[in-house]
Amino acid sequence: MKRLLSIAFLASTAIGFAGQAQSQTVFLSTQLRPIEEATAVREELLSGLERPVDYVVEEPPQFAVRMEAERQAGRHTISLVGALHGELSPLADKQMLEPLDDLAKKLVSAGMPQSLLDLGKLGKAEQQYIPWMQATYVMAANKDALQYLPEGADINKLDYDQLIAWGKKMEEATGAPQIGFPAGPKGLMARYFQGYFYPSFTGGVVRTFKNPDAVAGWEKLRELWTVVAPTSTNYDFMQEPLASGEVMVAWDHVARLKNAISASPDQYVVFPAPAGPKGRGYMPVVAGLAIPKGAPDKANATAIIEHLATPQVQLKTASLVGFFPTLNVQLPPDLDPGVALLAGAVTATQSAPDAMISLLPVGLGDKGGEFNKVYMDAFQRIILQNEPIDAVLKAQGETLTKLMADTKAPCWAPDAKSDGACQVE
Amino acid sequence: MTQNRSWIPYLLILPTVVFLGLLFVVPLIQTLWLAVSDNGVPSLANMQTMVRDINFGRSILNTFLLTLAVVPIQIAMALAMGSMVSKVNGGRETILWIWTIPLGISDLAAGMVWLSILQNTGYLNTLLFSMGLIERQTAWLTYQTPVALFVGIAIAEIWRGTAIVMIIIVAGLNQVPKEFKEAAEIFGASPWTRFTRITLPLIRPALQSALILRTVLAFEVFAVVYALGGRNFPVLVGEAYNWQNQNQNYSVAAAYAVLIMVISLAATLFYLKVIKVDPERLP
Repeated sequence: MKRLLSIAFLASTAIGFAGQAQSQTVFLSTQLRPIEEATAVREELLSGLERPVDYVVEEPPQFAVRMEAERQAGRHTISLVGALHGELSPLADKQMLEPLDDLAKKLVSAGMPQSLLDLGKLGKAEQQYIPWMQATYVMAANKDALQYLPEGADINKLDYDQLIAWGKKMEEATGAPQIGFPAGPKGLMARYFQGYFYPSFTGGVVRTFKNPDAVAGWEKLRELWTVVAPTSTNYDFMQEPLASGEVMVAWDHVARLKNAISASPDQYVVFPAPAGPKGRGYMPVVAGLAIPKGAPDKANATAIIEHLATPQVQLKTASLVGFFPTLNVQLPPDLDPGVALLAGAVTATQSAPDAMISLLPVGLGDKGGEFNKVYMDAFQRIILQNEPIDAVLKAQGETLTKLMADTKAPCWAPDAKSDGACQVE
Repeated sequence: MTQNRSWIPYLLILPTVVFLGLLFVVPLIQTLWLAVSDNGVPSLANMQTMVRDINFGRSILNTFLLTLAVVPIQIAMALAMGSMVSKVNGGRETILWIWTIPLGISDLAAGMVWLSILQNTGYLNTLLFSMGLIERQTAWLTYQTPVALFVGIAIAEIWRGTAIVMIIIVAGLNQVPKEFKEAAEIFGASPWTRFTRITLPLIRPALQSALILRTVLAFEVFAVVYALGGRNFPVLVGEAYNWQNQNQNYSVAAAYAVLIMVISLAATLFYLKVIKVDPERLP
C-alpha cells in the first residue's frame, strides 16, 4: 500500500511538472545572468504579463549547445531567446530564427532607430532579432587618480599620449602601475582591440590589420603597457580590482564596471576611451530578442518582446541592470547615480567630434571565438611575449585572412565595404 | 545447479558494462572521429591547428613541468606521512581525517582558496606587509613572475592532491606484516634499511596504483591552474577548454582531448613496465 501511494505521488508530481512546463513560456537568456539581475528580470521586468514566463539563464557556450541540441532533436521547449548580437549570429546562419519583420515595423514607428534594427538583420533580408538593450565600453577612474592627470588634459578628450603620461605619473607617485585592462580568461579584452584600439589607430579592423598604422599602434600600446598593471591578464571584471584599489583607472564594459561605481558613485569618474590618430573608436554592444523556429509559444513570445520594448520597461531595465534602452527615450533624472555616471560617459563617447563607431561583426557564424583569438594571440605575442610586431602581424594576418575567406563575411564599419569576404590588406 | 546459472555473473555485470559502453566508449569514438575529421572527411587539419597554436608548446611544457615537480613531492610526502602515522597509536584516525580534508574540496574551490591567499589583496601579502617585508601589494601570479606563479600553482596542487596518494599508501602500509619489521629490528637493521629493504618492496602494488592515479590526474590538471594562472599558465586541459568554450571549435578541443588521453595511457604503461609487481601480490 505504502509503495502504491509513493508511486501515485511520484506520478502526480511528474504530471504536475509537465503541466506547469506547458503553461509557461520559456525565455532563455545569456544576458542578465547574475542572481540579482535575473531576479530583477523575473520580478520587475516581466511582471504585468498575462501569461507566466519562465526566465532561464545559460552561459553563452551552453546556450549554443542547447539551441543546437533542440534543433537536432526537433523538440523545442524554448519560445524566446535573449542573447548578444554575436551569439545570435550563428543561429541566424543555420536558419534557426523566425523572421520578425512585422514586429520590426511596429517598433520603428514606436521610436526604435532603423540603424539599430538593421543590425538585427544580421546581414540577411529578414529581421532576425529585435534589439533589446544596448551597452558599450568606457573607462572609469578613482577620483584619487585625477591629481596625476597631465596638465591641460581634458578627461573626456584623452588621447593615448596623455593616457600614457597619466599612467607614468601615477606609477611614479604610488610605486605601482595603476591602469587595468580585463585581459583575463573571461575578460572582454578582444573587444578592446576590435572596437577601440584598431579603429583608433588604423581606421579599420580587418582590412588594416597589419598595415603601417597598425604597427605604429602596437608600438604605442607597448609603451602604454609599461604602465599597465601586470595582473591585468588575471582580471575578468574590472569592477573588482577598481573597488579593491588594485588599480585606479580601468577600461571595461559598462555592466562590468557598474557594481564598483554604483556602490560609491562619489568616488569615481567615468569617461570615454582615449583617441588615436584616426579617431576615438568605440563599439556598441547590442543584446537582442529572437524567436527560434519551432518555438512552442510564438504568440506569447511576441507579446514578451513587445512588453520589453515599451518605454517604461526599457527605462526600468536601465535603472535596474545598467543596460541602456534601444528606444529613443530620455533617461529619467532619478536614475541610480552609478548608472547615470555610466550613461554620461556613453553619451560623451557617442557625441565626441572624433567618435568612430566600430560595428559588431556580421556573418562570422560560429567563428566569432576564433576571430577574437586572432587579436588576443597578437596581443599575447607582441605585448606579453615581446615578439617582433611585423612578423606577428603577418602570421596572425594570414590566420585572419583564412578565417574571413572561410566565413565569407563582408567588411563592416569602420572598414570600407567589400564585394566578397573581407580581406586583410 | 551452479552450472545452470553460469550466466548469472554476466547478467550482474551487464548494467555496468552497458552503462560504460554508452557513456564512455561511444563518446570516446565520437571524440576520436571529431579530432581526425573535417566536415565529415578524414583530415589532420585539427591536429595541425592544435600544433601550430601559440599555446600548444607552452601548455605541453607547463603540464609536464608541473607533473614532474608535483608527483615526486607528493609521493615522498605521502610516504613520510604514512610512515609517521603508522607509529601513532592514539588519535590516528583524527590525524588521518585532518590530512584528508583537501580530498573533500572540489578542484575549483581549492583554486579559489589559494587565489584568496596569493592574489594582490590576499592573505600572503597581508602577512608579509604586517611583518614589514613588503611595502605595498606585490603581484605573485602574473606573466612577469613566472617562477612565483609556477611555485604557487605547484604548492596548491600539492596541498590538494597529496591526500589521495597518502590514502593509497597508508592502505599499502597496513598490509605489511609486522613480523618482518620485528625480525629486521632483531637483526639490527637501521630504520632506513628497514624502510628501503622491507617496506618499499612490500608496498609496490600500492605505490604503483598511487603513481598511476596521481600522474594521470596531474596530466588532467585544470581548475587550480585556471583559478590561479588563467591566461598566464596554459596547460593541456585548459587549452581544450578554451577551444571548446571560447573559440567554439569542438574539433580542435577533441584533438587536445585525444592528446591528453594518449599521454595518460603512455604514462600508465610506463609505470606498469617500470614498477614490476609480483603477480602473487596482485589482488
